[in-house]
Amino acid sequence: MATTTMTRSRQAEGGRPPWMNPPSPLVRGIKALVIALIVITMLYPLVYVIAMSFAAPEQARSGVVFPTRYSLDAYRAIFNGGTVTQGLQNSLFITVVGTVLSLAATSTLAWGLARTRQVPGAKAVLIMVLATMFFGAGIIPNFMLIKYLGLLDSTWSLIVPGLISAFNMIVIRNFFQNLPEELIEAARIDGAGEWRIFLRIVLPLSKPVLAVMGLFYAVGYWNTYFNALLYINDSEKWPIQVVLQQYVLAGVAIPGAVVSPDQPAPPGVTLQMAVIVLATVPILLVYPFLQRYFTSGVLTGAIKG
Amino acid sequence: MSVQTAAGPGTRASRAPGPEPRRPRRRLSLRQRIWRERWTYTFILPGALFFLVFAYVPMLGNVVAFQDYTPFRGIDGSPWVGFANFTAIFQDPEVLTALRNTLIIAFLQLVFAFPAPIALALLLHSLLSERVKRLVQTIVYLPHFLSWVIVISVWQQVLGGGGLVAGLMQDWGMGGFDAMTNADTFKFLVVAQNVWKDCGWGTIIFFAAIAGIPSERYEAAAIDGASGWQRTCHVTLPALIPVTTLLLILNIGSILTVGFEQLLLQQPMVGADAAQVLDTFVYFRGVLGGQWGIATAAGLLKGVIGTILVLSANKLAKRMGGEGIF
Repeated sequence: MATTTMTRSRQAEGGRPPWMNPPSPLVRGIKALVIALIVITMLYPLVYVIAMSFAAPEQARSGVVFPTRYSLDAYRAIFNGGTVTQGLQNSLFITVVGTVLSLAATSTLAWGLARTRQVPGAKAVLIMVLATMFFGAGIIPNFMLIKYLGLLDSTWSLIVPGLISAFNMIVIRNFFQNLPEELIEAARIDGAGEWRIFLRIVLPLSKPVLAVMGLFYAVGYWNTYFNALLYINDSEKWPIQVVLQQYVLAGVAIPGAVVSPDQPAPPGVTLQMAVIVLATVPILLVYPFLQRYFTSGVLTGAIKG
Repeated sequence: MSVQTAAGPGTRASRAPGPEPRRPRRRLSLRQRIWRERWTYTFILPGALFFLVFAYVPMLGNVVAFQDYTPFRGIDGSPWVGFANFTAIFQDPEVLTALRNTLIIAFLQLVFAFPAPIALALLLHSLLSERVKRLVQTIVYLPHFLSWVIVISVWQQVLGGGGLVAGLMQDWGMGGFDAMTNADTFKFLVVAQNVWKDCGWGTIIFFAAIAGIPSERYEAAAIDGASGWQRTCHVTLPALIPVTTLLLILNIGSILTVGFEQLLLQQPMVGADAAQVLDTFVYFRGVLGGQWGIATAAGLLKGVIGTILVLSANKLAKRMGGEGIF
């Protein structure tokens, strides 16, 4: 471990270890070029879409690599239309409620299964949960269950079936198992009950892992598409991803998307781009927070389980 | 958080915080142990119930695969047909198309999309400036968090018929361009989208493995006169073998599952001949087409084969002296 930290600090200073030859200018040039290409490929499409959503109508119609004159008409028209706003509201509800419920359900189960040695039957439950990572029931049986439970066309059908991810449960459980034993043991000796220990000691100590898992859940709920397609017929209840699919990929015109009755509607392209941007913005907003954990190693552990 | 952790959850159970048998008392009977942990069960039961209802009960629904099922008649009222649905699958040309498309896409993914994160991780690792490295990482991770609907919408705005590239080519006097609706190149498009979305994210696990390599190995290799390229080939790459095997096993297990939402969304643009895979077949035939029995049978068959594949890949990896996943 010590050696890795040494390497890291050495690199952090930007220095080259003494045994490493300075790279030739040609190699450095090629590397820089490749990196630049990768960055452009990843970033430019997103930047282009965002920029075009703000483009003035005449520029959007003729098509440019990057717009120079801007207008907010597309967004005004979309918010006048109402359907996209409705979709955003639905997705926001699913995301917030779903994430809170998921975190609660996942962390309680993880704490219950943290001590498989002492608790009779816990091991069996753990295996039962783990097994779900390797096979699922399939689309149609799931559909039949949701129908049987009367959840078709209900927003809850997008929250309840995905309440606990076995994978996330394992990550949180791993974290719980590495909490300082003495602290929890001391609380037990003081006569604190399991729930009190969980709420007062375990959860406050587990904020980093709960934050990461919460963001994973949130991104998952926000991106819900297929379940909504399967379970929700009522367009009033569609989450934003289905709305996006309808108006951008399927090319349906957004109803009522005009700025004002006496003005021509903004070009379809900018409207589409603006819907894409609205569906993406929440992800872009949480991304910097998520980013903090990439380097801290929490995520590495999370990926590996 | 070492590579070994991946060997399986529960390996650290012995370090779990909790009451070691409080005082070295005489052995408690099972009933006493259950009573002592009664509050712990209030944590376990709701979650266990959830998995029972939403993961295990639906598995029972797979009996429909042996029925001539209609939602109106229900499971109780639908006649049993034995393996008729399964024989019907193998005579259905659409299933064969779906199977062929699935396997071709899975193969292309394995050849192009699987090694991409390794290459990217090595490239980024070779950068000396920590700041540049972190900046590039931030950028390449981002697309992973976007939904397929967003990714395909964005791609369409750039590569589609009315998109950026088409517009540019028209300005330069070249013909129309539309990569999104071309059925011939569609499978490569699918792989390209996959690389764009998940290649960056895939590097994380390889970075972790690279960070675990002791720097003495590089020093020793350098002292022995190994060039930078040789150090990569003989120090870094061998250290990545365990992780790579692990990912390969998981990959083989999901070989029949290729980007469901991704293909479902693009099928209207390129047609079923190019974009029908097993999962989309189940959806179109069952949920939309109403042939529930046949669709469920196809889904069930796919699930069973997938499970067998993971188990055998795991066994193979172990026999070859590597680590499995379980």
